Amino acid sequence: MDIDKRQFLKILGISSALWVGSRFAGGISSLFGIGDKFDTKALADAGFEISKTLPDPKALTAKQWAIAIDIRQFKTADDYKKCIMVCDKIHNIPDISTKQDIKWIWEEPYNAAFPEQHNNYMGGQLKDKPVILMCNQCEFPPCVRVCPTGATFKRQDGIVMMDYHRCIGCRYCMAGCPYGSRSFNFQDPRPFLKKIDPEYPTRTKGVVEKCDFCAERLDKGLMPACVEASNGAMVFGDLRDPGSDIRKILSSNFSIRRKPELGTQPNVFYLI
Amino acid sequence: MIEKAFNGSKKYWIWLIFLAALLGFCFHFYLIQLNEGLKITGMSRNVSWGLYIAQFTYLVGVAASAVMLVIPYYLHHYKAFSRMMILGEFMAIAAVTMCMLFIFVDLGQPMRVMNVILYPQLHSVMFWDMTVLSGYLVLNLLIGWTTLEAERKDVAPPSWVKPLIYLSVVWAISIHTVTAFLYAGLPGRPYWLSAIMAARFLAGAFCSGPAILLLLVFLVQKFVKYRVGEESIQALSKIVAYAMSANVFFLLLEIFTAFYSHIPDDTDVFRYLFVGLDGNTSLVPAMWVSAGLAIVSLAILIPPQLRNNKKLLTVALIALVVSTWIDKGFSLIAAGFVPNPFGRVTTYLPTFPEIMIVLGVYTIGLLILTILWKVAVSVKEKTAA
Amino acid sequence: MYDSGKIITGLVLFVGLVTLPFWYSIGKAQVKPDPSLNTPVINQMKVKHCIESKQFMIDNHMELLNDWRNAVVRDNKTLYVSTTGQSFTMSLEVTCFHCHSNEKQFCNQCHSYVNIQPYCWECHVKPAEEIANGH
Repeated sequence: MDIDKRQFLKILGISSALWVGSRFAGGISSLFGIGDKFDTKALADAGFEISKTLPDPKALTAKQWAIAIDIRQFKTADDYKKCIMVCDKIHNIPDISTKQDIKWIWEEPYNAAFPEQHNNYMGGQLKDKPVILMCNQCEFPPCVRVCPTGATFKRQDGIVMMDYHRCIGCRYCMAGCPYGSRSFNFQDPRPFLKKIDPEYPTRTKGVVEKCDFCAERLDKGLMPACVEASNGAMVFGDLRDPGSDIRKILSSNFSIRRKPELGTQPNVFYLI
Repeated sequence: MIEKAFNGSKKYWIWLIFLAALLGFCFHFYLIQLNEGLKITGMSRNVSWGLYIAQFTYLVGVAASAVMLVIPYYLHHYKAFSRMMILGEFMAIAAVTMCMLFIFVDLGQPMRVMNVILYPQLHSVMFWDMTVLSGYLVLNLLIGWTTLEAERKDVAPPSWVKPLIYLSVVWAISIHTVTAFLYAGLPGRPYWLSAIMAARFLAGAFCSGPAILLLLVFLVQKFVKYRVGEESIQALSKIVAYAMSANVFFLLLEIFTAFYSHIPDDTDVFRYLFVGLDGNTSLVPAMWVSAGLAIVSLAILIPPQLRNNKKLLTVALIALVVSTWIDKGFSLIAAGFVPNPFGRVTTYLPTFPEIMIVLGVYTIGLLILTILWKVAVSVKEKTAA
Repeated sequence: MYDSGKIITGLVLFVGLVTLPFWYSIGKAQVKPDPSLNTPVINQMKVKHCIESKQFMIDNHMELLNDWRNAVVRDNKTLYVSTTGQSFTMSLEVTCFHCHSNEKQFCNQCHSYVNIQPYCWECHVKPAEEIANGH
């Protein structure tokens, strides 16, 4: 085979580019912590027991978690406050008073929470009555659909979860969420925390956060904090289990959900 | 060929140094943002995208508009565009680069940007947008550079370029369609949730992109001997006239559907834009300026005797660029979040540091454009001589 | 050689830049890292043993923590059963800092020596802060 100088240089160029490329890719993957994992198989071959990770046997499990909020049982300002404050406290949610604020669970007047139910002649009692709002943990969550990195994803038990380590802060999920349930850390949240609960991480600037039905508590066998604080005004359970408390409540009461027409199948129900 | 970029007049170097200095100044504000977070912008919990994403959207259109030269020149063998072609392709390169930078400066955690590639999510439109934009950048670099090099050597471009050119036609349409899908597929944003979004984006792109190209050509012709030719200017301004008509028409379709159906979700945003909502009128003056300038530009562009007057054409093109920029480069994003899911209006106004960062990205675009056009014009002038 | 002046100046500058890290650290004494195990909890332990062997932890703690966070956040698994069969809650705060409550004398010893800045503390609360509570 005849190779002239030009062809030789071409082959040399291409092969060295490939080599550099492969090195670069290797470098990138180790930089981001993929690849180069410690070799559990080698450990096992050497006669070691292999370590493993397991769910907590006490963990609460379900096919689809859901909450029913009986707003008839919320009477005094304190009824709302105790549910909201316990969440703010255990999740280190900063108190920012600008338009760049952070909310996981909060209250809105009935009219704002259900704008499509608006009716000028409704009694003032319900019209302006505050309603507890939080992430709807949609069965078909638009935020998960649009997230470009899988930083927000659906767990086996239906909870729409945030991976704060992976979020790049593009805020596409905030545009996607039709319920205004997501908040972005425009700044470091720590200066806005009076007290930090050391058992739960704060967030860093540049990531999106939201309510996750207290996934960390469920995994330890505890009910969501707001449900626990509500004295029975909120009922939590597995929507796919016909015998669950929430199914009983939903079959015996009239309930509504926020913007059901969007097809997201919200998993927060309101008894009015 | 790149050596042409290092061999320029005193004015050329002064311009480059000016751009570099401006970039340095603006970069300082990006460092502040990197340090303090996006709190230095005017964005908020309710209006969570702003000027950065709006510029990205506008510039995807500018990049895609190169196809308005490619189709007549390569598909219909319209030779008058031969002296304009490379300028359009190189402008697309500068525009796509700016698009990527605008996404980058918008990120809360920019050092994690590789996560989009490390954990690709095929159901996310943003993943596909990244794919088509990078592909378009590579296509234009390959096609532009190769055809220019062939011209310099006075040989026909290599045969493998042809299929790439045909591919670039489809690809150009795809970048703006996918960008429209970013918005048009979101259930809770009535202003964006519209099937005509991609068509409106393309019409807006095909008038604003060539308009910017023509204005830049007029400017550059003041400094170089190179001329693109009267015929190509007239042909391109005709394309601008048609595209702008379609752009305005599509907007009117949206307004009809909203107001005749009388669905509040759809009318609220137009009320917010043109008369104000809940007493909030912050965008109203800008929107009427945009509408007025759109009428001015069409009034000059449609009658041939006005359009072919170079001075009037310049006025029309400037009016068109400002009008489309207000519509697509600002209010499209800011108003897409209004009213919020609770029926409330949140005003968005960009802050000074935010505007400086935007200026910085445009400066990088101008630097790339200057260098690429310098190479192109030098080669063209030499082959013509 | 044409332009020898420019070429030689360029070469000198290049070599200077490439070797900059060496010039930069000349004359600075590097203290050998010495992670301290002197914390109340560790002092009370009869057998001082981490969740895995010391060498394994030195070599692999970063990958281990990375796997932990994926298991906890993405797979709802919260328990780690070590090679010795003991089980631990996968949590920086609850498990790691329970014993290693001395970030400065433990974590930072090596991290400063090799000049890396893990961003754990941007979200996870440092053990010292637990005592100070807030800022």
